[in-house]
Amino acid sequence: MADAAKSGGRVSVGRAGVGRPGVVWALPGALFFVFFAVAPMVLVGALAFTDWDGIGTPSWTGMSNWSRLWDDPETHQAIWLSLVLTVLTWVFQTPLALLLGVWAAGRQRNRAVLSAIFFLPLLGSSVALALVWKSLLDPNFGLIADIGPALGFADGDLLGSSKGAFGAVLFVTAWQFIPLHTLIYQGGARAIPRSLYDAAAIDGAGTVRQFFSITLPQLRNTIVTSSVIMVVGALTFFDTVLILTKGGPGTDTTIVPYLMYKNGFQAFDLGYASAVATILVVVATTVSLLLVRLTGFAAMRSTREGM
Amino acid sequence: MAATFQTRDGYIDDGPLALPDHPTLANYRRVLRSDFLSYLLNTALVTAVCAAIVITLSVTVGYTVVRARGRASRRIFQIFLLGLAIPSQAVVIPVYLVITKLHLYDTLLAVILPTAAFSLPVSVLILVGTMRDIDEELYESMALDGASPTRVLLQLVVPLSRSGISTVGVMSALHAWNGFLFPLLLTQSKSNRLLTLGLYDYVGEFRVDTPALLTAVVLSIVPIFLVYLFARRQLISGLMGVGGK
Repeated sequence: MADAAKSGGRVSVGRAGVGRPGVVWALPGALFFVFFAVAPMVLVGALAFTDWDGIGTPSWTGMSNWSRLWDDPETHQAIWLSLVLTVLTWVFQTPLALLLGVWAAGRQRNRAVLSAIFFLPLLGSSVALALVWKSLLDPNFGLIADIGPALGFADGDLLGSSKGAFGAVLFVTAWQFIPLHTLIYQGGARAIPRSLYDAAAIDGAGTVRQFFSITLPQLRNTIVTSSVIMVVGALTFFDTVLILTKGGPGTDTTIVPYLMYKNGFQAFDLGYASAVATILVVVATTVSLLLVRLTGFAAMRSTREGM
Repeated sequence: MAATFQTRDGYIDDGPLALPDHPTLANYRRVLRSDFLSYLLNTALVTAVCAAIVITLSVTVGYTVVRARGRASRRIFQIFLLGLAIPSQAVVIPVYLVITKLHLYDTLLAVILPTAAFSLPVSVLILVGTMRDIDEELYESMALDGASPTRVLLQLVVPLSRSGISTVGVMSALHAWNGFLFPLLLTQSKSNRLLTLGLYDYVGEFRVDTPALLTAVVLSIVPIFLVYLFARRQLISGLMGVGGK
């Protein structure tokens, strides 16, 4: 039976096999995905060894993009900024999302209403959200002109200072993505069996104790999942940077994807940009392999769906 | 929100959070008179086609992964799992190459195809989860009737995974509606412009006219908000499902 499915993808016949689809059923979807996502991932590694202006045909240049990458201070800075942004994003978002998610997992009615409002940023595009924040942070007309001095920016030009601009990217993306992670933690927290808490309560464990002894350990897989989504997300905060800071002031918020965009689609040096993109691919795939390993996703029999 | 009813001068004088002294709909008229409606139509079209492609392909892939025998279907599932973490930005250059070679540059199809492809991994994951919960006995009784795979899919699997399918539909639609990078890099002309790119463009066009810009932002979120009101459960449960085990 397995052979029939493997070799031709024909519908297998036989008692247990009646009505089972052959692998051929998955081919349209798989080929489509491979063509537009997996093959490009391989192709980007190849393009990294070429010189290409976006119009003609890429020409082979060997290692020159890579040696340039190795010596380019802007690239070093971009990688460093991406790493710092990713780590700070995780440190900033995880505790907040975890606490909010566990809180929102309660069944009280007011919590449901509050969380429904709280989740609204999930709906907007990063473009729309970044535009709203950009107008609030406008040094002349925005909110920041009034509260900036209190934050230590006397002229309100938060986005014009390198620390301020970096902080703004960190803050705006957190504001946008914490709801998503809260929701993920809420789902995880609801999946914890009630009986564990009942038993703990009988033993006289307080709320704090219950949180550290039951909730946190039980949320282990959820924390891994959310962290990976967060890390891969933070490596690719492109829309927000483009609108909020354009990588500036100077190059002080030019993270790796923005550097790729700048080299590729503004300077039309797509070969070099591919080398930059390859860094992204390698890091993101490494993280994803870790995810599959740590959570045993592939062996998963059933997700908790539709609560 | 308040700022969208504000005149430009009022906004400059009173700041962003003040309630407008003279509420006005002029901003809405101004935005609607620009190309906003054509952007809206383009986006609606892209969103609908993307959702249709994603639903069709992820249902067939999910069905195969859950029901087909042999190693090949497991391999296919693993490809999609790995694909979860491919950032679209990292592969946008080769996608650009592929799209230009296919002579699709600056068409709506150029946006639709990669956008749909990048919605597939999550969708397959969600549907495999839903379809695995279908009772084995139901399959067996259909097999006893000698049902073909097509009939099993249409009469058993699709009806019983409706909640998963609508989650996939809502999430892929949201993804397509809010997509920015592919429209930015794969289209050029105004007639093929999508909303997110249009908003980005308004920054230049409206310059200091923040109320008009914010009006366009609000208008772009309204359709999504309406969908949210109706499909809140599907969206929330889909995202929550990611966190469960």
